[in-house]
Amino acid sequence: MTENIATELTPLDPAFVTTTRIATAIGLLPFVTGAAVLEVAHVAPPGSFIVPMLLFYVFVAFTVPARKYRHWGYDMGTDRLRIVRGYMFYRDTIVPFGRIQHIDVDQGPIDRRYGLATLTVHTAGNHNSKVALPGLANADALAMREAIRAAIRQDSL
Amino acid sequence: MNETVDAVEDLTPAVEGERLHISGLLVGFVSGLPQLVFPMVAAIFGVRKADNPVLIPIVIAVVLLFSLFFRWLAWLRFQYFVGEQDIRVEKGILNRTARSIPYARIQDVSIEQKPLARMMGLGEVKFETGGGDGDDAKLSFVTLAEANRLRTLIRSRKAGVAVAAAVDAPVDVEEDAYPIFAMDGKRVFAFGLYSFSLVIFAVLGGLAQQFDFLLPFDFWDVKHWIGLAEERGVSVNQINGVGLFAQLILAFGAVTSLIFIGFATGVVRTILREHGFRLDQTAKGFRRRRGLFTLTDVIMPTHRVQAALVQTGPFRKRRGWHGLKFVSLAQDSKQEANYVAAPFATLDEVWRIAQAAAIAAPDGDERLQKGVATYWLTQLVLIVPVLLTAMAALVIFADTPMGRTTLLLLLLLLPGAFFWLDWRQYRFGLDDHQLYVKRGWWRQQMTIAPQLKVQSVEIAQGPLSRRQGLASLRFGMAGGTMEMIALPLATAVAIRDAVMEKVAAVDYSAIRS
Repeated sequence: MTENIATELTPLDPAFVTTTRIATAIGLLPFVTGAAVLEVAHVAPPGSFIVPMLLFYVFVAFTVPARKYRHWGYDMGTDRLRIVRGYMFYRDTIVPFGRIQHIDVDQGPIDRRYGLATLTVHTAGNHNSKVALPGLANADALAMREAIRAAIRQDSL
Repeated sequence: MNETVDAVEDLTPAVEGERLHISGLLVGFVSGLPQLVFPMVAAIFGVRKADNPVLIPIVIAVVLLFSLFFRWLAWLRFQYFVGEQDIRVEKGILNRTARSIPYARIQDVSIEQKPLARMMGLGEVKFETGGGDGDDAKLSFVTLAEANRLRTLIRSRKAGVAVAAAVDAPVDVEEDAYPIFAMDGKRVFAFGLYSFSLVIFAVLGGLAQQFDFLLPFDFWDVKHWIGLAEERGVSVNQINGVGLFAQLILAFGAVTSLIFIGFATGVVRTILREHGFRLDQTAKGFRRRRGLFTLTDVIMPTHRVQAALVQTGPFRKRRGWHGLKFVSLAQDSKQEANYVAAPFATLDEVWRIAQAAAIAAPDGDERLQKGVATYWLTQLVLIVPVLLTAMAALVIFADTPMGRTTLLLLLLLLPGAFFWLDWRQYRFGLDDHQLYVKRGWWRQQMTIAPQLKVQSVEIAQGPLSRRQGLASLRFGMAGGTMEMIALPLATAVAIRDAVMEKVAAVDYSAIRS
């Protein structure tokens, strides 16, 4: 069932894999450094820290982002935005344009280097008051923002 | 008279702001006195070394005058403007803040009268916009007439009524209001009996901990209390020696008094809060007044209601008592997020009020479905490995006989009973207009939300529920949450599609028109 749904979704920009790899690699660097320090300190048999750490590092920073990318998808409808993500923890969210309060387009430093952006829509709901869609080409994100903005009613809640 | 003067002033553009009522200064000063205790104590400590007793009253007077002076300054620098589009509040002695609250964004205007303010005919007006951080603006204090005038004014401007019309119209809000629900003394008392609470001990304990430096003994020292009892001729040996029967009587007495205190606390707290409870239906919504010493007067426009909560408990349900609350972006009070429309009412009364808020009663439980039992079973099974680990640990490390450790499995009964009750109470469903979720065995709650008020829908699956083909359905709701659990994925998708079709369709047609 979910596989069927997945085929009709738009995938993210492939550069998302690269940016996520870079972000995770940088984020995990302190742990690698920590393992290296423990290794140098000779508190345990050689390789007992750095080897598992490096394996983990390679897995999380290189394999996981590609898998993550495969499980993200969105569908920009005429009246709603659908965002699907996650494999282990699967989430399939629909936000009708008429319920969107405001829209953010964010670009971090790594995103900017690769021309990506994150689109975040805010609703008044307590569940999912913020729904973020990362890994969009910047131009796409801006176009989506304009499309949603045009569709939002002026009416307040 | 006063009102007509105000009205005439209002015709001129609001360039000149309005001030709060000067007597409010006194109310604020008196209710702020407890905060002055610490500066005073500090000041007294400061002059203690001077060995001049005359200094102490002088120091106290200086602190009081200081406070009064700053309150006066703040009053002088506080102005509010009632404009065409918004209410503006300018305040601050050095750091000036100018806040604009557009009428369209005001969720709620409430009037609160604490005892002192009430004696002087003053009220505190609060505007809420649902913008997260508590009070968005409050006017403390203005005369009650002014408070009512502001409220009427805001409501009519929100509704887009021409300003001139609003001024000409009588200021009285009550004209089209009629009572829809009220609680008499008997009802409030009965409600109190169901509000059993031992919170008083927590409060006393907290106070004792806070101020134990003032007590001449250590509050938590059991030996001290035993000593105190012995001084009065009761010793531990005596209690031990009175025999089993007498001990039982003593224990019974202790438990009885505890129960009595619990009930008494419940009744007193309830009467303080709910005395004279009255809910009126007005042209645009509800108006609720209640309170013994602190009177509150809170309005809830019907179109702001996002969902209704019908609550009950295992005991009060037997006598048919339910409570009704409305979910909205506004906050009812500090303790309660949702608007209490009827705290203690029969189902007939509950549905009548809900009807007035355009929320219909479910037409029988048969439409509502049970959750898939696998969901609860899975949670129970997940506990087993934890228990097995504990058993293994006992056998290996504590040399406990294998047979005795199996008793640990009895622990499964407790969560087992809990999950069973939860499964038994849980219902979900939808009809053409509304969504229903019923859950809880101790605090039983039925959430009823019009589908058009749904903000977003999410289907969620964890690693286990994914294998079982189960899913949860989470609805974004302004000011609340609503989650359907333990449904087959196909059902979840069907419900989501049905709701989204309705929500998106309505807005789409609105865009084109």
